[in-house]
Amino acid sequence: MTQTRRPRLHVPEPPARPGQTPSFAHVPLSPAGAVACPPVDVSPEDTKDFASRLIRVLDDEGRAVGSWADFLGASEGDVLRRGLRDMMTTRFLDQRMLLAHRQGKTTNYAASTGEEAITCGFQRMLSPGDMNFPTYRQSGLLVSAGFPLTNFMGLQFGNDLDPLEGKNLPPMHSSKAHGFFTVSGNLATQYVQAVGWAMASAIDGNDRVAAAWIGDGATAEGDFHSALLYASVYRPPVVLNITNNQWAISSFVGIAGGHVPFATRAHGYGLASLRVDGNDFLAVLAVSKWAIARARQGYGPVLIEWVTYRAAAHSTSDDPSVYRPKEEAAAWPLGDPIERLKRHLIAAGEWSEERHEQARVEIEEEVLSAQKEAESRGTMIGGGGGTAPLSAMFEGVYKEMPEHLRRQRQKAGI
Amino acid sequence: MARMTMIEAIRDAMDVKMTQDRRVVVFGEDVGYFGGVFRCTQGLQAKHGKERCFDAPINEGGIVGAAVGMATYGLRPCVEIQFADYVFPAYDQITQEAARIRFRSNQDFTCPLVIRMPTGGGIFGGQCHSQSPEACFTHVAGLKVVIPSNPYDAKGLLIAAIEDDDPVIFLEPKRLYNGPFDGHHERKIVPWAQHELGEVPEGHYTVPLGKAIVRRPGADVTVLVYGTMVHVAQAAAEEIGIDAEIIDIRTLLPLDLDTIERSVAKTGRCVIVHEATQTSGFGAELLSVVQEACFYHLEAPIIRVAGYDAPYPYAQEWAYFPGPDRVGRALRDVMEG
Ligand SMILES: Cc1ncc(C[n+]2csc(CCOP(=O)(O)OP(=O)(O)O)c2C)c(N)n1
Ligand SMILES: [Mg+2]
Repeated sequence: MTQTRRPRLHVPEPPARPGQTPSFAHVPLSPAGAVACPPVDVSPEDTKDFASRLIRVLDDEGRAVGSWADFLGASEGDVLRRGLRDMMTTRFLDQRMLLAHRQGKTTNYAASTGEEAITCGFQRMLSPGDMNFPTYRQSGLLVSAGFPLTNFMGLQFGNDLDPLEGKNLPPMHSSKAHGFFTVSGNLATQYVQAVGWAMASAIDGNDRVAAAWIGDGATAEGDFHSALLYASVYRPPVVLNITNNQWAISSFVGIAGGHVPFATRAHGYGLASLRVDGNDFLAVLAVSKWAIARARQGYGPVLIEWVTYRAAAHSTSDDPSVYRPKEEAAAWPLGDPIERLKRHLIAAGEWSEERHEQARVEIEEEVLSAQKEAESRGTMIGGGGGTAPLSAMFEGVYKEMPEHLRRQRQKAGI
Repeated sequence: MARMTMIEAIRDAMDVKMTQDRRVVVFGEDVGYFGGVFRCTQGLQAKHGKERCFDAPINEGGIVGAAVGMATYGLRPCVEIQFADYVFPAYDQITQEAARIRFRSNQDFTCPLVIRMPTGGGIFGGQCHSQSPEACFTHVAGLKVVIPSNPYDAKGLLIAAIEDDDPVIFLEPKRLYNGPFDGHHERKIVPWAQHELGEVPEGHYTVPLGKAIVRRPGADVTVLVYGTMVHVAQAAAEEIGIDAEIIDIRTLLPLDLDTIERSVAKTGRCVIVHEATQTSGFGAELLSVVQEACFYHLEAPIIRVAGYDAPYPYAQEWAYFPGPDRVGRALRDVMEG
């Protein structure tokens, strides 16, 4: 028999590059309300369908529909208005930090534009004592946990308002008090750590919940798979979140094996999983409430793929127009989370254009006045470094400074 | 001859080898369509095709593990790790696999592979984009470790590395990508176009692995240095007017013992400089080599200038970076010692 076929290397390509027509035909969608809400103790086996469907609560008219809306309950206008405010604050904060970067006041930032519902919604459902294991693109977790903006900017500007005293690259924060684990630059490491933290909660007989966070691209790392394995074996109280914003710097989801939804990764490990419209604030609230309750009540972990779009550049050193069509953000089928929640609140009689405008003004004033205060303590402008204390760079390497380091500091005259 | 930045020189080396040798393949995170976050592989996919230059999933163990597989098949992969700080998920594949395939199979299998990665500080990259992990690799038998300090060497050494039959760790000082940097961050950036080592021959040439070079001949003291610190050491010596012999090590493993010994035997003094943290850094190895071979020539204790034994900070970058002041002080001390 003569052989007619030979293997060829398959190198995935995104549907469109610059100059081509954007398409999201490869992203499976479901109508709002179409995916039913299972009981919180649902068996992993019975969640298999969810991985390729999309949980959505808000329909095109901004109405909350379906059983996930029922599970969320008559959500008080206050919670939703708070969410809207947090998202607007996060977005304006991002804008200000990007501008500060262009002005040379800071050297690195990663905006979460378009992804704010996920962080601001999830955080609302956590309780004191729970812990996020976040990435660098999650300012919304801090904003909605009430982390002071002046401290946030202190880290950006490398000054003495930075609680980390200049030790970590912005925007990699750390605040145990705000349920925010120290961010690593090394992708995915936090994912399995979150599982370990949750195992400790279980060992300790506690019901504190860990929330692991990762991007679509970083799910390729071994630590992601280790996390799923450990979660599956020990069933600790952890929520395994994937923020699928379609891009990992210049690599589209296909390079991370995203031709099958990331939510399906759970199945091989016997874990429950859900796939959710991450630009739908009510869906985020409902699913977060469900997942956190499931974990806290000891029914085990759940993997959640939050489907969203990275509307911003990867970071301040990135120019996405080189690798994706400029029109792609506008073609994203799930819209903008702030606009969608605003429409819902107005439709529900809980909000108005006037109140929105008033909120915008208040938020901008709040962020700008925090920035003014933060900048008065010094910025990174001029390339000489920040004004954070020099001695900090020798401190906190160990609990007690060893002799060799003490001598090095002495010699440095610091 | 052409004027090139270090980025262009590195890209040109891969282009030359991909054109010459079908076995050379290039991959890593963002290296395909985009051409790498530092643009070192820009245009290679368009020119050589998707099957020879492509994006990899964010999984460094996978990048190196797959490259080891390809190398043992008979290809010559030249892979990129986006930052040296992110090589550690691949440490097992590099140190336990790539480095030992030849030995453990008694040369039945070999692993001709190049792993490129940006190294070092000077760009406000904080603790996760500034590390200099060369000593993590020089401690491993079976690896070669190269760190160029200029475009001319970068191209010639990278071609030599791709042609080498053993695995090579190729560390690229990222602060040197666009111009020589002497540590004076307050001064204007000098482009490679104004530096004689920014002159790069077109086409194929090699700079042999395992050979150091005397950057500046001198009589008073030998400075052993590599990467970014070559430029810092040169500036320091000029500023304080000491006739230093500056040796750019270039290949850390295998080390050019003859060049080092000859120089220290002549000057009788030695300063060792690197960005990496001091404890168990490569300087300790250099110091031992000099001590063993040149003890009776030494007129003063050998001095090391290295990164402080703390993680690389963000806001305090320039207090941490071993700049010309610190190197200059060591040069003065060794002359008085
Ligand atoms: C171990 C490791 N490898 C590579 C990098 C470089 N890097 C930083 S962010 C990034 C892309 C991550 O994409 P994704 O996980 O989708 O998150 P997103 O940036 O989209 O939020 C890469 C490759 C890193 N930080 N760590
Ligand atoms: Mg992403």
